Amino acid sequence: MKYLKQLLIITFIAMIGETLNYFIPLPVPGSIYGLVLIFLALNFKIIRLDQVSTTGKYLLEIMPIMFVPPAAKLVSSWDMVKGVLLQGTFITCFTTVAGMVVVGMVTQAVIRRDKRKEAEKCTK
Amino acid sequence: MHEIINDYLGHSTYFAIVMSVAYYMLGIVLKRKFKLAIFSPLIVASVLTIVTIVIFDIDMEIYNKAGNYISFMLTAATVCYGILLYEQLEILKSNFKAITIGILTGIVITMFIILGFSILFRLPHDQYVSLLPKNITTAIGLGISEANGGYPSITIVWILITGNLGNAIAEPVIRLFKIEEPVARGVAIGSSSHAVGTAKALEIGAVEGAISGLSLAVTGILSVVVAAVFAQLY
Repeated sequence: MKYLKQLLIITFIAMIGETLNYFIPLPVPGSIYGLVLIFLALNFKIIRLDQVSTTGKYLLEIMPIMFVPPAAKLVSSWDMVKGVLLQGTFITCFTTVAGMVVVGMVTQAVIRRDKRKEAEKCTK
Repeated sequence: MHEIINDYLGHSTYFAIVMSVAYYMLGIVLKRKFKLAIFSPLIVASVLTIVTIVIFDIDMEIYNKAGNYISFMLTAATVCYGILLYEQLEILKSNFKAITIGILTGIVITMFIILGFSILFRLPHDQYVSLLPKNITTAIGLGISEANGGYPSITIVWILITGNLGNAIAEPVIRLFKIEEPVARGVAIGSSSHAVGTAKALEIGAVEGAISGLSLAVTGILSVVVAAVFAQLY
């Protein structure tokens, strides 16, 4: 019963997410609404952590496998992409690396500056 | 031969699952053995799957039918990032400002670079728009691409390359650029390489995974607005 209950809660929240996606005219998928909803449900004690965590962790662990079939679809979109493959791949790779580096460094700088300020406040 | 294989596979729903899991595990073994970023289990599994499809001339219709059985839990699995986020609530609260600044920087910088190179390479407008949502989760990205006049089938290719690349380079990048704060790592990975990168963030650490999951969600939602603005620029 334990796993069934957890599966019920998670899939039910996913279902509410899909419903919101249907009614709200934005290109936001149900999964993102669901992510916010499960967080709010936990935060406002509507559900407890131990009611979802085991099944949740299992789904997260096997998640990378779920990206293989979409990646294989490249075979069917090949004809459309090959004309811009070089430029597109260059832009894609460049922005991924640059984005990761810049965001990491900016975020880290803000965190460390705040920590320093906090420390100064404490010593004063 | 072609008919026999496709006829057989047409009657099997598990072949795609077995193939994905086996190739993914092979990827983990290779990664452990060679310690090279290119041997990201996900890249290994994706490339081997594509090679298998091409060599055995498997009909994409038949593969997709079986493949959809693996992907159908994706929505439920993505929802579970909300659980991780709740577990890291205190960290989220105390780093709220840094996370917000980081995510916004990521969206704007990425789209500016895409704009710059698109002008430089003289890409047509529809190709430029198809690139804009490249670093957000597939479901939102395809919607943005279509809403602004791009091609979803091209956007998905850039999204996949971004995710797989992000997944592969996350560890070397955080090491090389000395990104040591777990929160900064999470924002960097999630905002630059969506759910596929986040799978790697989760392997690096619990805080990294939770913040990365949050960042991919927020980046996706904010990109709806920012991409609409950028689509008008070129």
